[in-house]
Amino acid sequence: MSEHEHGPREPGRTCAGARLHIVTGKGGTGKTTVAAALARALASDGGRVLLVEVEGRQGVSTLFGVPPLPYEEREIDSVPGGGSVFALAADAEAALMEYLEMFYGIRRAGQALTRLGAVDFATTIAPGLRDVLLTGKATEAVRRREGGRRRPEGPFRYDAVVMDAPPTGRIGRFLNVNSEVAGLARVGPIRNHADRVMEVIRSERTRVHFVSLLEEMPAQETRDGIAEISDLGLRVGMVVVNMVRPSLLSEAGLAAAAAGEIDLEALATGLKAARLDDADALSVSLAREVTAHALRVRLERRVRGELADTGAPMLDLPLVEGGVGRAALEALTRRMIEQGVRL
Amino acid sequence: MSAERLDVDALLDDPSTRIVVCCGAGGVGKTTTAAALGLRAAERGRRTVVITVDPARRLAQSMGLASLDDTPRPVPLPEGATGSMHAMMLDMKRTFDQVVEEHADPERARQILANPFYQTLSTSFSGTQEYMAMEKLGQLRQSGEWDLIVVDTPPSRSALDFLDAPKRLGRFLDGRLVRFLSAPAPSGAFRLLGAGVGLVTSILGKVLGTQLLNDLRAFVTAFDTVFGGFQERAERTYRLLQAPGTAFVVVAAPETDALREASYFMRRLATDAMPLAGLVINRTHPLPEGAGSALDADTASASADALAAAGEHPETVAALRLHADLVRTHLRERELRDRSTADHREVPVVEVPALPEDVHDLDGLRGIGRALAGG
Repeated sequence: MSEHEHGPREPGRTCAGARLHIVTGKGGTGKTTVAAALARALASDGGRVLLVEVEGRQGVSTLFGVPPLPYEEREIDSVPGGGSVFALAADAEAALMEYLEMFYGIRRAGQALTRLGAVDFATTIAPGLRDVLLTGKATEAVRRREGGRRRPEGPFRYDAVVMDAPPTGRIGRFLNVNSEVAGLARVGPIRNHADRVMEVIRSERTRVHFVSLLEEMPAQETRDGIAEISDLGLRVGMVVVNMVRPSLLSEAGLAAAAAGEIDLEALATGLKAARLDDADALSVSLAREVTAHALRVRLERRVRGELADTGAPMLDLPLVEGGVGRAALEALTRRMIEQGVRL
Repeated sequence: MSAERLDVDALLDDPSTRIVVCCGAGGVGKTTTAAALGLRAAERGRRTVVITVDPARRLAQSMGLASLDDTPRPVPLPEGATGSMHAMMLDMKRTFDQVVEEHADPERARQILANPFYQTLSTSFSGTQEYMAMEKLGQLRQSGEWDLIVVDTPPSRSALDFLDAPKRLGRFLDGRLVRFLSAPAPSGAFRLLGAGVGLVTSILGKVLGTQLLNDLRAFVTAFDTVFGGFQERAERTYRLLQAPGTAFVVVAAPETDALREASYFMRRLATDAMPLAGLVINRTHPLPEGAGSALDADTASASADALAAAGEHPETVAALRLHADLVRTHLRERELRDRSTADHREVPVVEVPALPEDVHDLDGLRGIGRALAGG
């Protein structure tokens, strides 16, 4: 695989040349934050990047500190270097109406369909229809050119599209719109639309990135997800290891602490030197914390090894203290660029 | 400031508690919480069954089972246990098939089960999983074999889906669209729709395609005569959740999204008069026991910096910095919790501290149960 040739220092190079980036991860891994930082990093060379949210949670607007996003592509950030990030909160119902109008010119029938329950059916109940509407919106943005359909050779409207996708547990079904929809429609217009969407998702210029933590469950889901995505014939991009905390202990210190062999006396001497009260009792209390930390570091290393076994390039992002705000987002963007992320 | 503590043992020991539903956002440890509650109840003497939805392999193994399936399997408890524990995994297609077989004559059942639209409906309609989880719950409740049923809810886009999806699906199956599509010729009722019937039919034909329309018509014709009141069925199980004997346990983790989701859900339970037992916050970072609890983060950091500047006692420096991190994490989590639960002060809360490793065996699960009970 070509990713390996670049070595571990520049995992982000798997992004080069890709036009659609699909970001997934177990709940709680910071998927939206990673997708936002990725969009900013891709825009850092002056590009125009669209960040698409599909879960209706308005996570993107919260993150960038802007009012809730409408169903409309809107510039939300300009990146040093002249690039800009646009955002869209894709909504299945609005996408359906748009689709009906674009292909059938029947927007006015929307009301009747709503009253019949047809819209409810298409956007919340029918398997795959909701997904194909949402992925359809993102893939349309990938294909869109300046000047519209009349200028098929015009430049692309966006240099890249980043999708904040559903969690890992549902990503295979979400992206495999063809087979999802096939149960309902083996032929016909829905199927044709699904085929067009699938063409973009299967393209060699699409990457599926996984966000994980150095914990067992998210890592297990990442490994299962990578296997599933590969089986579908889609291209796995990076594993983004999020919220990485540095170990504060030396190797020897870690080994001793994990084994529960902490030199309490030395610890207490240090605490006395720092003029802290009750140094002996404090040393016992702190030693327990150090042991718990050492056990966690040991587990994290094992988990990291298991993630590395997938063969996907791994990009580390640090834990940002005090929650993710503007400054944190900028720091994460820099870390991505340093690790080779660019258009 | 601090809410009342959730008394898990009182809840589990109360013989009138018959159903415990664990719900919350994805990734907060719902399934583990459900299994731990089930085990604790069993070891305190109750005949318990835990229904999970797609559990991690490791969790099944931690209960001493290679895998889980549609039948409640006994979990081997240590000798001397007074109660019993069974665990099962929801198989939505099988559950749906059973419902069909139970209510239709064999010929009609065969027709339904073979219909392409039914096959999609029973395996991948959003809402089917939630619907069938409720159906299964109703079945287990009726069987009378268990005196406590612990339910782990499906991983949905939103925790509210567990309450809403079954009704939505029921409404669809009973609804106008299905009747409209299945009617060979448009009937008078649809004139009320405000658009010409011909127009709507032609649009649906264009958008859906004729093959789908035909499958759907065949399905509805077979299905409708069998059931009729699909929506009513959904409402009946919904009422079961409001009945005395049901307790909701909302599960969260100390993260903004998970707590926000928990807060939505608690508000919804109150609106629908559903009995909320309490809130479980998993994976928290409590202050250390002992003398460390009195050492604040700033003092620890300053002391570490001073020692480091002098180039002395590197292991003490590391320990103090670790401690400062832990205290800051703890304070941040507490602030987050207080902010998110400000509207739900009357809801009892229990926190389960983060463990360095995931649960691997019954002992681990028992440990979680102890933490849930505050021990």
